[in-house]
Amino acid sequence: MQAFDYHPVTSVSEAVALLAQGSAGACLLNGGTDLLAQLKEGRRTAAHVVDLKRIPELAEFRLPPEGGAWVGAAVTCRTLSRQAGWRNRFPGLHDATHLIGGVQIQGRATVAGNLCNASPAADSVPALVVHGARVHLAGPAGRRIVPVAGFCLGPGRTVLARDEMVVALEIPPLPAEFGAAYLRFTPRNEMDIAVAGAAVAVDLDGEGSHYRSVRVALGAVGPTVIEVERITARLAGRPVAEVSFDEIAALARAAARPITDMRGTSAQRQHLAGVLTVRALRLAISRARRTQAASPTGDYL
Amino acid sequence: MTPRKKTVLEFTLNGEPRALLCEPQQTLLAVLRDELHLTGTKEGCGNGNCGACNVLLDGVLVNSCLILALEVQGRGVLTVEGLARPDGTLHPLQQAFLDHAALQCGICTPGFLLSAKALLDENPTPTESQVRYWLAGNLCRCTGYDKIVRAVLDVARSQSAAHATPPPVSPA
Repeated sequence: MQAFDYHPVTSVSEAVALLAQGSAGACLLNGGTDLLAQLKEGRRTAAHVVDLKRIPELAEFRLPPEGGAWVGAAVTCRTLSRQAGWRNRFPGLHDATHLIGGVQIQGRATVAGNLCNASPAADSVPALVVHGARVHLAGPAGRRIVPVAGFCLGPGRTVLARDEMVVALEIPPLPAEFGAAYLRFTPRNEMDIAVAGAAVAVDLDGEGSHYRSVRVALGAVGPTVIEVERITARLAGRPVAEVSFDEIAALARAAARPITDMRGTSAQRQHLAGVLTVRALRLAISRARRTQAASPTGDYL
Repeated sequence: MTPRKKTVLEFTLNGEPRALLCEPQQTLLAVLRDELHLTGTKEGCGNGNCGACNVLLDGVLVNSCLILALEVQGRGVLTVEGLARPDGTLHPLQQAFLDHAALQCGICTPGFLLSAKALLDENPTPTESQVRYWLAGNLCRCTGYDKIVRAVLDVARSQSAAHATPPPVSPA
């Protein structure tokens, strides 16, 4: 691997100072599952590697009594999977965070890293978007908050300035009749990268018979996550039984902008966008009605 | 910024404190194999797909090819060399892999053993599906996986049977 200096910093301000000082030659090391592979293969160069895992603030994981969650940038997917509060309160996020890589990748990989890597196929991003998650950033000028929905600009590109870093992800408190789900298609059940993915969140009325609001986010069918605003507009306030799943699938297909690559063709991805949206919607509805809490694939890990 | 130089790495390896000089870009895998000459941990893909380099870091299953050695400063690492007892008695998983012929060429075996240990440490009574999902990050070209899965399930069964036996009642 290329030679670099290693900086195990213990505070956000130290990390930001190194980023500002090192400019393009400084890289942040979090779980390392993307960065170290990129450095080894020469897809990235670094003169300084700034390890964030010893910053106490970044290791914080909280489930505040008022609802929602605070996930420090260095909290691993495995740590999340082992928290009953995470699995039970956020099954739609757990769907995504427990299937990134295998167990050994999850032992290192973080949700913040998944977001910052800005892969179009990132599993956690569609799920974070439909939960209305926000990213807390720190830079030399102080802190700012950005919605996950606006964080990624294109493959590998984010709104982060060169001297900025992610401190945490914040999941807002969710409504009482909320349900969400993330589903993806992969040729292999595990250790694979999404050909297409769909996250859906619904807020139902007290009876569970009407949609109050719906959010749909598609992954791997565009350069960044695509929110299907036409589904949101079509379903708001409507009875669940009124709008057919075929119509919803068609809206999802129409929003998808997939390419053909080694993982799948554009046509297959477009088809999958419709199928996965409807399946995720049905699961989100049953979770909102508390008729199904468990992951459709079972809690394998 | 500090100039590039070798740094002292101190960590616990298979229960023993170790200290050595290493370079910032050396992975944990490189230090284990090339500096400490513990060649039980294998390099397969080198990018986190095959699991041949799996070790436990403070009890958590990780790919040692995707960790800088300096990241384990002050922490505890378990490799396949630390599984058997000092007297040479094999770990139950190692014995089960032999009994079930769960290996042929053997290059994936150390990684599978560490993955299986991490699973049974966390879930002593896994289902077959749970075993298969847990081991999905370990690739094997020889066995077709079935014998490996059976070996792990066998250890889980015998360990849970041992736990289910009530302890002998001590005389009052």
